[in-house]
Amino acid sequence: MELAAKHFKASAAKALVDVQLQKALGNVEKGFIGKRQKAAAALPEFDALRDNARDIKNHVLAHLDLYLEEYERKVTASGGIVHWAETAEDARRIVLEICQKAGARTVTKGKSMITEEIALNDHLSANGIEPVETDLGEYIIQLRGEHPSHIIAPAVHLNKEQVEGDFRRVHTHLPEGRDLSDPVSLLGEAREVLRQRYFAADVGITGANFLIAETGTSVIVTNEGNGDLTQTLGKIHVVVASIEKIVPTLEDTSQILRVLARSATGQDMSVYTTFSTGPKRADDPDGPDQYHVVLLDNGRSAMLGTEYQDMLRCIRCGACMNHCPVYHAVGGHAYGSVYPGPMGAVLTPSLNGIEETGQLPNASTFCGRCEAVCPMRIPLPKMMRHWREREFERNLTPLTGRYGLKFWAFFAKRPKLYRLAVSFGVPLLSVFGGSSKRFRSLPFAGGWTRHRDLPAPEGRTFLQAWAQREALKQEPAQ
Amino acid sequence: MAARQPRVGLFATCLVDLFRPSVGFASAKLLQDAGCEVHVPVAQTCCGQPAYNSGDRADTRAIAEQVIEAFEGFDFVVAPSGSCASMLKKHYPGLFAGDAAWEGRAQRFSDKCHELVSFLTDVMMVRDTGASLDAKITYHDSCSGLRELGIKDQPRKLLANVRGLELQEMKDSDVCCGFGGTFCIKYSDISNAIVTKKVVNIDASGADMLLAGDVGCLMNMAGKLKRQGSSVEVRHVAEVLAGMTSQPPIAGSGK
Repeated sequence: MELAAKHFKASAAKALVDVQLQKALGNVEKGFIGKRQKAAAALPEFDALRDNARDIKNHVLAHLDLYLEEYERKVTASGGIVHWAETAEDARRIVLEICQKAGARTVTKGKSMITEEIALNDHLSANGIEPVETDLGEYIIQLRGEHPSHIIAPAVHLNKEQVEGDFRRVHTHLPEGRDLSDPVSLLGEAREVLRQRYFAADVGITGANFLIAETGTSVIVTNEGNGDLTQTLGKIHVVVASIEKIVPTLEDTSQILRVLARSATGQDMSVYTTFSTGPKRADDPDGPDQYHVVLLDNGRSAMLGTEYQDMLRCIRCGACMNHCPVYHAVGGHAYGSVYPGPMGAVLTPSLNGIEETGQLPNASTFCGRCEAVCPMRIPLPKMMRHWREREFERNLTPLTGRYGLKFWAFFAKRPKLYRLAVSFGVPLLSVFGGSSKRFRSLPFAGGWTRHRDLPAPEGRTFLQAWAQREALKQEPAQ
Repeated sequence: MAARQPRVGLFATCLVDLFRPSVGFASAKLLQDAGCEVHVPVAQTCCGQPAYNSGDRADTRAIAEQVIEAFEGFDFVVAPSGSCASMLKKHYPGLFAGDAAWEGRAQRFSDKCHELVSFLTDVMMVRDTGASLDAKITYHDSCSGLRELGIKDQPRKLLANVRGLELQEMKDSDVCCGFGGTFCIKYSDISNAIVTKKVVNIDASGADMLLAGDVGCLMNMAGKLKRQGSSVEVRHVAEVLAGMTSQPPIAGSGK
């Protein structure tokens, strides 16, 4: 998708007055938070598992080259093929070549944020191959020509009435009078339509939640089983995954799985957890004839050894955005990037550069709720602050803000001058506040008073008043 | 207990200094009642968060050095704000990482820093401040205090012993009010959406007074409550715990 992060403010302003969107966003707050809370509370060792999960990924990131090579050896040994893609363009080219070589006309897809990152669907379509999204949410937004607004719930910005409208618009072969008034009937219709597509597809493309170095296995977790049909019914299974998905062993995978679904949807486990190792073997009842893994870097190896390395622990559970007050207010599309919310505010500048994406790490109150729920204990606010530092060093922040900050800092660094300035300014402001003790508007404070009153200062500053009180106390003794 | 009274440097915070001196006096009283000798160094301006959160490391560090120099001689440094206390305690050491001359000094300073209410309960072992107030209050957990310093039960324990006071918990008391320092100016509309939800929860709690431990959040919520014509009064928790509620509430009383 086209990066529109620099329009964040304008997109957010639109989102805030979008009635349908606001209604849908209410579901994010209501749905995810309580379920995660319950799931975490039901598992006494949840926090210990988070520590383990963090340590596993830290270990992998410290030895990523070794584990990647080990993984490739194991994939090759099981009959699969690993393709290394340094850039998004490389990955698109590799996937297209695999599809073209197979003479593919349609491909089915399991839900994959990586294929969003490399804009694979547009590339396949432009080359005459039809991509069919099979995750219900992905399918809906594909019908609408949209991008996911959430990394695990791509259509969370929509209401069921909107989905009904889309199905009636596109599924014109079905009877007009059919009932589509509840989620179950919508799901039934999507399933019926998609079932035909699986059989017609030549290639199935999925992402991966984990790549296991010990066994050369790719793992996906889904709730609809669509990923399984995608990867077993096609002649060819292509896994597109980024390099930091590596975990050393099956045991490590099960450790992280225990925090993944709980953090994401509050489930103990997703409904389907599917392990794929190589193509169909001679005595397998089914499976693909070819198994390819496209390993994408796209800027990630450049994050190693930097203050952003911890971001590579992310397992894409979505808990950070589920708990983010800014995401709750504006939804995922406002971020104008593949990855929304707090994790996107850190990752997007890492992948796309801070020049165009500076709004994202700034649009946070630093409330810290994202870090508090992150199963991988990623210090998201700290890393957003690091992006603000890079921005500030390179003079990318708006001039008015910089001048204002410098003006304030000049005084804040000079206590005597500061005291002098505030000892005149504050009492004056207090007098203007009058008997109401607040301002409805004030020059230079429009950002505040547009939406709320500004409490007036009480009178003198605390330090003035304190000094006077102390002086009075001293007098009798003198 | 030490033989002599602990010497406490009161870091008033810029917002208390400029907007709400009552909180400074209330803090001093609470600390003195708890047996501390309270000092208010004149060489204090701000903890540096506006610079820190705007990516301006150089100015942040200059301010931090100044704060450390002014306060490191005390036994404890106490601030009536979870946000500023966390800046001093959790974030200052990182500013000096790798600097041999300052690193240890910043860490020793950090060890002395506390947020007011948690200092009273956890260090001075205060259980009852002796205050009384006839009011139905609700309490907002400010983010930095809650998530960086673990302040949640401490204010509630002390409030439970304020005679006549009744606590009515609001929904989502631990969710951000949308203040976020410069965030509320830079992203005014989003901040407004967040504080609007907060104010709905405050009103729905049925309380007639809102308390919290950070003047920044309180000014934001008070400003929104008053703009919407709410009669809920807003005060810093220290004012109530110290029994010093003679000043009009933040942003005034009445609608």
